[in-house]
Amino acid sequence: MTPAISVTGLSRRYRGQLALDDVSFDIEPGSITGLLGRNGAGKTTLLRIVAGHEFPSAGSVTVLGTSPVKDDALLHRMVFVREDQLYPENGTVGGFQVRHALRAASWFYPHWDAKLAEALTADFNLPIRRKVRRLSRGMRSALGIVIGLASRAEVTLFDEPYAGLDPVARQLFYDRLLADYAVHPRTVLLSTHLIDEAAGLLERIVVIDSGRVVLDAAADEVRGSATSVSGPAIAVAEFAAGRTVWDRRRIGSRESAVVAGVLDDTDRARARALRLHLEPLTLQQAVIHVARMPGTDARERTSA
Amino acid sequence: MAGLEEGAPLFVQVAERLADEIADGGLAEGERVPSTNELAAFYRINPATAAKGISMLTDDGLLEKRRGIGMFVAAGARARLLGERRKRFAERYVEPLVTEASRLGIDADELVALIRESGYVQRGTRP
Repeated sequence: MTPAISVTGLSRRYRGQLALDDVSFDIEPGSITGLLGRNGAGKTTLLRIVAGHEFPSAGSVTVLGTSPVKDDALLHRMVFVREDQLYPENGTVGGFQVRHALRAASWFYPHWDAKLAEALTADFNLPIRRKVRRLSRGMRSALGIVIGLASRAEVTLFDEPYAGLDPVARQLFYDRLLADYAVHPRTVLLSTHLIDEAAGLLERIVVIDSGRVVLDAAADEVRGSATSVSGPAIAVAEFAAGRTVWDRRRIGSRESAVVAGVLDDTDRARARALRLHLEPLTLQQAVIHVARMPGTDARERTSA
Repeated sequence: MAGLEEGAPLFVQVAERLADEIADGGLAEGERVPSTNELAAFYRINPATAAKGISMLTDDGLLEKRRGIGMFVAAGARARLLGERRKRFAERYVEPLVTEASRLGIDADELVALIRESGYVQRGTRP
């Protein structure tokens, strides 16, 4: 199967600074992938290059088998919702309003669903006659989300699309995304640092740190890839012997260690016998531990 | 991820929840189980994850597919689940109970007495 998005050896240099450093990954069609990483890790630069808004310094990107900077037809099959979306200001008498932005999108995207756009506009309480430049930050984000979902583009890129949205509105975004995706599967790449909130949506995660891919794996694999082990320090040391320990903290005679690797039933029985408390890491905790390791290839660690 | 815990693979948790429902009789044999999309919307998870949970139960023969209609609880699924759970009961519940009891210096007679006091009667119903 041709990947929906294929990134090979991608680098981007700004005035001598490497924003992206030899990034490669493939995204299968019909999946929701999380692009995770800290602020400044390179997520936005990567998405901009995938969307064809920017040129790479080295390497290549193909989307749906073609180049985003060479193939204009591709622009109608891909939607890019940015953190602070800009909309045209002029050309409309009396100012560009929400309904104008929606109408423009309906002309641009062949699979546009006007009913869905209307329902989402109501869900997010978007005033359709309000001028776009008078929208609050949250409303501007909501408008981006409405366009991103209603366009039903084959490739849908969301770059932290929730600026200014409260938790209720963010939950609405996740719910509506899932509901529409279930009926109209497409390829979604969602960059976020609210990992726990979005964890259930994500099938795969690509984590970048300082412009490099540090993890590219199935979300469920990452979830089970490390366990927090706590109890008497001596018992923790005995259990952790010969295993990779990512983090260790101690208080008095008790210790808590994050042990990498999947635990089997024998390990669990042994932990019980040693009176140790086992707690699986959340996706967010696992990603934090993985991303914190400098200079190591996290892919090898999690697959081990 | 409404109602699911972080940590364990989500598809395993989805499968366990469905298995629980079959074991308690909440989902009767021959009854239709929720679709992948219904499960995805309910638990707020990716439909592919929900599908993986369903296929885990299908592989175990607890669910069966009826073409064009959906997934149904297979005949004999409840009895099989209860049988498996009975087998794992000692390991999952008795062993930790006994471990903690011995840590606290509670002897076997005392433990049995405590179980009686808890209102346990046969079939697990409370008086």
